[in-house]
Amino acid sequence: MEPLIADASFWPECFGCCNNVTGDCTLPGMAVPVPQPPPDPQFVLRGTQSAVNALHFCRGAQAQGCPLLFSGCQRGLVHIWSLQTRRAVATLDGHGGQSVTWLQMLPQSPQLLSQGRDLRLCLWDLAEGRNAVVDAVCLESVGFCRSSVLAEGQARWLLAVPGKGSDEVQILEMPSKTSVCTLKPEADAKPGMPMCLRLWQAQSSPHLLLLAGYEDGSVALWDVCGRKVCSRVSCHEEPVMGLDFDSQKARGVSGSAGKALAVWSLDGQQALQARSSHQLPNPGISDVTIRPDRKILATAGWDHRVRVFHWRTMKPLAVLDFHSASVHCVAFATDGLLAAGSKDQRISIWSLYQRV
Amino acid sequence: MDPAPSAVRLTVREAIHTLSSSDDCGLILHTLRFLKRYLGETEDPALPEEQEEFATVHFSAFLRCLVRKLSPVWLELSPDGQLEELWDSFFLKGPADQAFLVLMEALEGTAGPSFCLMKMAQLLANFLSQRRVAALMEEQCRPQKKPGFPLLQETLLSKVVGLPDHLGNRLQQDNLALFYPQNYFPLLGEEVVRVLQGIVDALRGGLDCSVSFVSRVLGKICIQGRQKEILDVLVPQLTALTQGSCLWQRVCWRLMEQVPDRTMEAVLTGLIEAATGRPEVLSRLLGNLVVKSKKAQFVMTQKLLFLQYQHKTRMLQSLLGYLAMDSQRRPLLVQALKELLQTWGSSSAVRHAPLAQQQYLSAAILICLAHLREPELRDSQDELLASMMAGVKCHLDSSLPTVRRLGMIVAEVISSRIHCEGPALKFQYEDDELSRELLALATPRTEGSSPIEAGGPSPAPTASETLAKTMDDGVKSANGSVPQAGPQGSDSDRDSDDEFIPYDMSGDKELKSNKAPLYVRDCLEVLTSSEDMECWEAALRALEGLVYRSPEATLEVSVELAKVLLHLEERTYVSGFEGLRRRALVAVVVTDPVRVAEYLISQFYALNYSLRQRLDILDVLTLSAQELSRPGHLKRSPQQVSCGSGAPVLATSQPDHTAGSGWRAVVEERIRSKTRRFSKGFPWRELLSSPNEFNSVAGYFFFPLIRHFDRPLVTFDLLGDDQLVLGRLTHTLGALMYLAVNTTVVVSMGKALLEFVWALRFHADIYVRRGLLSAVSSILLSVPAERLLGDLCDELLEARSWLADVAEKDVDEDCREQAVRALLLLERLKDRLPPLSH
Repeated sequence: MEPLIADASFWPECFGCCNNVTGDCTLPGMAVPVPQPPPDPQFVLRGTQSAVNALHFCRGAQAQGCPLLFSGCQRGLVHIWSLQTRRAVATLDGHGGQSVTWLQMLPQSPQLLSQGRDLRLCLWDLAEGRNAVVDAVCLESVGFCRSSVLAEGQARWLLAVPGKGSDEVQILEMPSKTSVCTLKPEADAKPGMPMCLRLWQAQSSPHLLLLAGYEDGSVALWDVCGRKVCSRVSCHEEPVMGLDFDSQKARGVSGSAGKALAVWSLDGQQALQARSSHQLPNPGISDVTIRPDRKILATAGWDHRVRVFHWRTMKPLAVLDFHSASVHCVAFATDGLLAAGSKDQRISIWSLYQRV
Repeated sequence: MDPAPSAVRLTVREAIHTLSSSDDCGLILHTLRFLKRYLGETEDPALPEEQEEFATVHFSAFLRCLVRKLSPVWLELSPDGQLEELWDSFFLKGPADQAFLVLMEALEGTAGPSFCLMKMAQLLANFLSQRRVAALMEEQCRPQKKPGFPLLQETLLSKVVGLPDHLGNRLQQDNLALFYPQNYFPLLGEEVVRVLQGIVDALRGGLDCSVSFVSRVLGKICIQGRQKEILDVLVPQLTALTQGSCLWQRVCWRLMEQVPDRTMEAVLTGLIEAATGRPEVLSRLLGNLVVKSKKAQFVMTQKLLFLQYQHKTRMLQSLLGYLAMDSQRRPLLVQALKELLQTWGSSSAVRHAPLAQQQYLSAAILICLAHLREPELRDSQDELLASMMAGVKCHLDSSLPTVRRLGMIVAEVISSRIHCEGPALKFQYEDDELSRELLALATPRTEGSSPIEAGGPSPAPTASETLAKTMDDGVKSANGSVPQAGPQGSDSDRDSDDEFIPYDMSGDKELKSNKAPLYVRDCLEVLTSSEDMECWEAALRALEGLVYRSPEATLEVSVELAKVLLHLEERTYVSGFEGLRRRALVAVVVTDPVRVAEYLISQFYALNYSLRQRLDILDVLTLSAQELSRPGHLKRSPQQVSCGSGAPVLATSQPDHTAGSGWRAVVEERIRSKTRRFSKGFPWRELLSSPNEFNSVAGYFFFPLIRHFDRPLVTFDLLGDDQLVLGRLTHTLGALMYLAVNTTVVVSMGKALLEFVWALRFHADIYVRRGLLSAVSSILLSVPAERLLGDLCDELLEARSWLADVAEKDVDEDCREQAVRALLLLERLKDRLPPLSH
């Protein structure tokens, strides 16, 4: 096998010239007005041998004691990385060499969902060292839209996937794979393809809601049961590439192929309102993720940079310039660790603003 | 006609006799008191005609007699001081002019230092402090019928004005403070105001008066250079007095008109200086003097505008403001503008006039334009436009940046004012203090900006206060809104912002596509043939670094690379294009000095290059020579590379390098903290030493460059029109000379350069002369003293006489200063002379 190791202690020697490597020997005190130089990655994972398209930290009980990171790559492989040894502990090959675009653990069971460009959504059983496909859903959309999952209990969970028609979203009940409904925009609205999905359910209400970012730059809130659009907000001029939603604050953020990062909120009447927009120097955001503690958020930029913002104020906090190609995905672990996967085949792991 | 001596004559004769012969105190006192009657001060004054006769005929003679008698013994005759008092009173109460003249005459004639001299000086001080000078001058202002009057007035004039000099000479150390010029002339100013007050009163009473004596006094004082002392007193008072009174104004105008032509310039200059910034005051004090008096007109529209350029701009403003204030004077303003523009547009003036004068002229033009209105300008539009066009041309031709800038600014303003219908001229120039100041002059002054109004109670402060207040409130409310905003985002997880200190985000710039070539040859290819502009730009940015990193590869293509760079055009906008190209060229020259320098210099003297390219060649040669001569340049260059490549530099410093210096510093710090030293000397740092790379190639840079300057080409004539390049060439040669310090060829370089300087020493262009002077200085600094004295002695002697000449006579201040510096360097050589061996 190829060497899959990269440690902070010796990566500068290999990548010294072309990357952002500044010595971190200066430690300015609290009162020093000069900002600190941006930090270096804690470590870098190498060895996927193709662009990294999806990242997911293993959460919950399974992660106790041995934190894992899943990565999906262009070659169709899913790597499982141990964050302790910083090595790939296993490789899952289930998409026939087609790119893996989305990864998600199911919360209660050691099962992993992976979506591939081979139009299959695989469910892997990872319990007790197993790694076999236990189930698969056939998708009918060839787009790049990532799916979304909402687990209610161990037995039953819901899955939102891009549907058959180019502008449709299908909701499936799992594991029975029965189609709950198909969400199709009204005839006169032409939002284009759905680009990103997010299923959620408010704690107080029984309504199942879906946030979908569309090709025309709008974000729509669907009432799944009513099969109708509750509200729609046009916050981008370019296709929405990624969104994340903070259900406690009822506020969400979306990034697009353009230069803007939009923040919108949901009021009591379930109407979306654009809150603010932040201009970035370079266009293109492929992924947006809010940290689980809802303090900061990170964006994956086509300009090779990961940007970190303060979620409440949207104040820019850091620009992480390490990758040498577009960053495709960012993910946060429950303990706050940040991972970024890039077209340059590397996964960088960062530790930022973590409580000690 | 009148054979019988009058009673007055007899009495005076009697009295004089008594005084000269008698020692009897009582008799003397009686005599004096009797005579006092003629002054009209006592209870039973003499008849008016007797008083008149005494004053005109006998008073002087009598006073002389009194002066003769003056001695300590004589005054002691009456111990209670009555005699002294009486003696004084004749001088202080009698006709002031005669008393003054006698006193001055006596002071002249008395040997000093003595009691008499001091006594009379005291008396004169009393005379002055009792305001008798005002009486004296007032007397002169009355219509006079006496014969010999002009002669008397002349004498009086010279005595009044020359008093400080006379007394200073007589009294030497014992001079009284009152007679110092700085005290006397302000006093005289007060007296003049008093006299004028008297005249105004007399005129109101219907009496004839003439101010000509006062005018002459004023003129004489001013021409002696005491304008400031007297006018600083006079002008404010007259300003106040003429404020609402026509009579006072008329008197003032008359006063100025009567000033003799000879002294007119001094008076006017002083007056305008004293009234700086207040043209309305000038207008009140002078009236239409400038129209009435030829001399005044000459002074104000010629001398002060064209020649006396030492004055401040504010004074120009008040002078031109004065001309603009009255319809009778405005034609003069138009005329002045025309003449100013003519001078401004004359190429000889631009070439030969000192810079300060050109600035002064430009300021005057701009102020004129600010005052003149559209219709007035329209009449002479063509003429002004023609002068402007000529002026712009010769200003832009100049090799001094300041002159060029002056040309641009003035031309812009003129074109916007004169040539309204067409598009106005627009130049690009740096926005610095000079340009801002000049442009501010060109904007017409609003009424509100007059200092008098500003001085009064105006609503402005209150307005600004309220503004400040509202702003304060704004800040407060803004501050207040922060806690309000807090609850809005109130969650259980309210985080303090201290936790989230932003990192440095200065490197977050727009991403440039990374297409930079990795080899010098690729760069060359991209620069010559690529149509991809991004690629082209990336290649240009990468080139300097590549050249320094791979000198071997550069050597193979160095001349070709230099050729490409020299002909490179900015095909698309690249920020800092000139700098990038120049640095790349410098890198190439530094890597392969001999061949590339040779190539560049041959191109410098070749056909078909633009000025820009030729100037670039000179710059590149200087910079490369500097780079080569710097100790340890080869080590430093890679770091420079990163500096050159622009924005994301911060990131690209080498990790091992910083780490290396980091641990060294840590270790040194540790050693220092653990080591006890008994004495602390100066911190001693080891200096890296390395050979001067310039040594072996200095000749290749210098000699080809100096060889061809006098061979004109069709398109390039250094000694003709291309004096800007010649100026730069002289500067470059000087710089090369300076950088060649401690090399072996320096002596022959110095010799050649001195010959070059000698050939061009009388060049008309200031920039060229500056270059020559700096070249001489660098010769003196670079060539060792013993070689200078040994090998270059004759040339130096010649240069020295030239330098002395320049230091004295050159129009340009900078040239004079540089010449003085070079002379000082020459002087220093003297110390290096070996002691003569016997």
